[in-house]
Amino acid sequence: MTDQQQPGIDPALWRGLTQSRTSRRGFLRAAGVGAGALSLSSILAACGTAGVSTSSAAANGVGSAEWWSQQTETKTLNYANWPYYIDTAHGKHPSIDQFQQQTGITVDYTEPINDNTSFFTKIRPDLQAGNYIGYDVIVLTNSDPPLSEMIGFGWAVPLDQSRMTNFYKYASPLVKDPAWDPGNIHTMAWQSGYTCIGYNTKYITEDITSIQSLFDPKYKGKIGMMGISTELGSAGLLAIGVDPAASTPDDWTKAAEMLTQQKPLVRSYYDQDYIKALKNEDIWISMVWSGDVFQAANYQGYDTLKAVIPQEGSMFWTDNQLIPVGVQNPVAAMEFMDYVYDPKVQALIEDYNAYVCPVPASKSIIANQLKDPTVADSPTVFPDAQMVSRSKPYYQFKNSQDLDQWNSTFQPIYTG
Amino acid sequence: MEQHVPADLHGVEPPRRHRRLGRSASPYLLGAPAIVWLAVFFVIPLVTMLSLSIQTCDSITLACKLTWHFAEFPNIIGRYNDTFVRSLVYAGAATVAALVVAFPVTYWIAFRAKRKNFFLLMLLVPFFVSFVIRTTAWYTLLADQGTILSTLKNLHLVPESFHVLATPLAVIGGLAYNYLPFTALPLYVALERIDRRVMEASHDLYATRRVAFTHVVLPLAVPGIFAAFLLTFVPAAGDYVNAAILGGTNTVMIGQVIQNKFLEAADYPAASALSTVLLVLMLVGIAAYAKFLGSRTIEEYV
Repeated sequence: MTDQQQPGIDPALWRGLTQSRTSRRGFLRAAGVGAGALSLSSILAACGTAGVSTSSAAANGVGSAEWWSQQTETKTLNYANWPYYIDTAHGKHPSIDQFQQQTGITVDYTEPINDNTSFFTKIRPDLQAGNYIGYDVIVLTNSDPPLSEMIGFGWAVPLDQSRMTNFYKYASPLVKDPAWDPGNIHTMAWQSGYTCIGYNTKYITEDITSIQSLFDPKYKGKIGMMGISTELGSAGLLAIGVDPAASTPDDWTKAAEMLTQQKPLVRSYYDQDYIKALKNEDIWISMVWSGDVFQAANYQGYDTLKAVIPQEGSMFWTDNQLIPVGVQNPVAAMEFMDYVYDPKVQALIEDYNAYVCPVPASKSIIANQLKDPTVADSPTVFPDAQMVSRSKPYYQFKNSQDLDQWNSTFQPIYTG
Repeated sequence: MEQHVPADLHGVEPPRRHRRLGRSASPYLLGAPAIVWLAVFFVIPLVTMLSLSIQTCDSITLACKLTWHFAEFPNIIGRYNDTFVRSLVYAGAATVAALVVAFPVTYWIAFRAKRKNFFLLMLLVPFFVSFVIRTTAWYTLLADQGTILSTLKNLHLVPESFHVLATPLAVIGGLAYNYLPFTALPLYVALERIDRRVMEASHDLYATRRVAFTHVVLPLAVPGIFAAFLLTFVPAAGDYVNAAILGGTNTVMIGQVIQNKFLEAADYPAASALSTVLLVLMLVGIAAYAKFLGSRTIEEYV
């Protein structure tokens, strides 16, 4: 434990939580092989998809100090985030309004991302062609392949380090210099969070303490699981008592067997829409993302909903803001990404979304100025030692065969 | 006179030849937009799909190369056999349900209603709202503790554990509802076309109303019924929205699998192979259909 780490947190654990996931060299090598293979002259082959070339943003000078010095501030910003992720009051976002007033930049904040992979698959052709994808900032999770693929393929513009004042001053050690993006060259975290268990105390009166409750036959037809390969697989691994980060393909098969047996009990496999089913009482217990349930219970009147981190632990992830290539408003993007690291601004956002806060200094502002001890004292917003010890990192895919094997083990459970 | 003709012909020959050329080219010129349309939006995607289905791709770089890897076909047919069967059964059930609902309505509009256009418009107006929004509305209406089911449960008309969502019934109902216009319009056209004098003749020949219906109206409406069946069944079999929103773990349709393979797994060969199999199934179905019915009647209505 060093003085730079949060008290009570083992640095080895932080490293474990935040290790880099896929080797960049591996990507590039595979890309090269792909590009070579494409020289086949067959008409049919010409109909295929081109592999990723190795010409990265950096190679074209995009994101270099010289490139950044040529950029000027534009007065619009197109920001793509996940739903339920920003402070909302009367249909407006106070933190964004404040930014617009301060800078005169009009922010078009949209919520098109429900799932990393499918969002990435949609923007991918434009990224590959170097087109503007319509967003200046997007938010991707470190637990799924797209983030490391964006960085590995050179589709994430290197950030202007001189415009990260708030970040370097206030960011938590948890998100500063993370192993998935050493030196914060490409990303600044938006929030972190847990994939844990949420349930409705109106129907479930016992205290839920174990992930085994998701496999309990007495909740048949009222159980929600996530139809997201990394999430579902990790939940299965936790349920069979295996640490996902250290798991082997044999463990995956066992976990998949357990999940397949559970299938008759499951109502549906969800992505972000699980929260609607939980609110509608179509399901009573579900895999959830920690902040969603907190918001539903505290701000939206669903006060019988509760989220718990079970004794087996919960998957811990971080969502990261990054600038995709083809960006049209890079300076505005930098300004907004850094703006959210102002502790007062972050307090506004955090007090609403209640995920894991990337700015520790916001805690006292939430407690004293916003007078919201529920959020300020929540161990899942400002994690205590016990929470941290229950935080589990995701498995890291070594190469595409590894990823294929994981997907072919877990995807048939929810698509068949 | 006969001698004059060649002279005349000789005189007018250049313009005539010109005209003839224009005449012979005109079908192609008129067809050009359709040909370009078909080439760009049908032939190229189709060839791409067929080609991708026998390629091998790297799941991270998405570099694909043609390997003539036909093994994907038996592979996916084996693995998704149940899903294919389920999709066809759901689509068939939904089509029959839509026909049962649409037939009396269109019959009434075609034969009895005074303001046909008004009622036809009334039938179609709900479908001006986005497909997904209407389906999500059903999701909210039919929620386990939603207005309808919670009322029924409070009245003890259905058991507490009763639910509609996440059952095959919900998916089939959603499909039947969403594709209703595709069923109703061809039916209406067929019924509207029936010559009223034929009906009168049947009555003159002492046919009762029922006999007139079964022996005159129904046979004349058959091409419309078949057209409606095709237009509803084909898109319903490939639909994924209804099953995704209204369905559960045991109602997965082939469209959902294809969507997942394309967008989530980025497994283009498997997705293409699945699409190809679906396409072939549909083509075989339609060919059988055309043989049974004769292709002319289908052309008239589809």
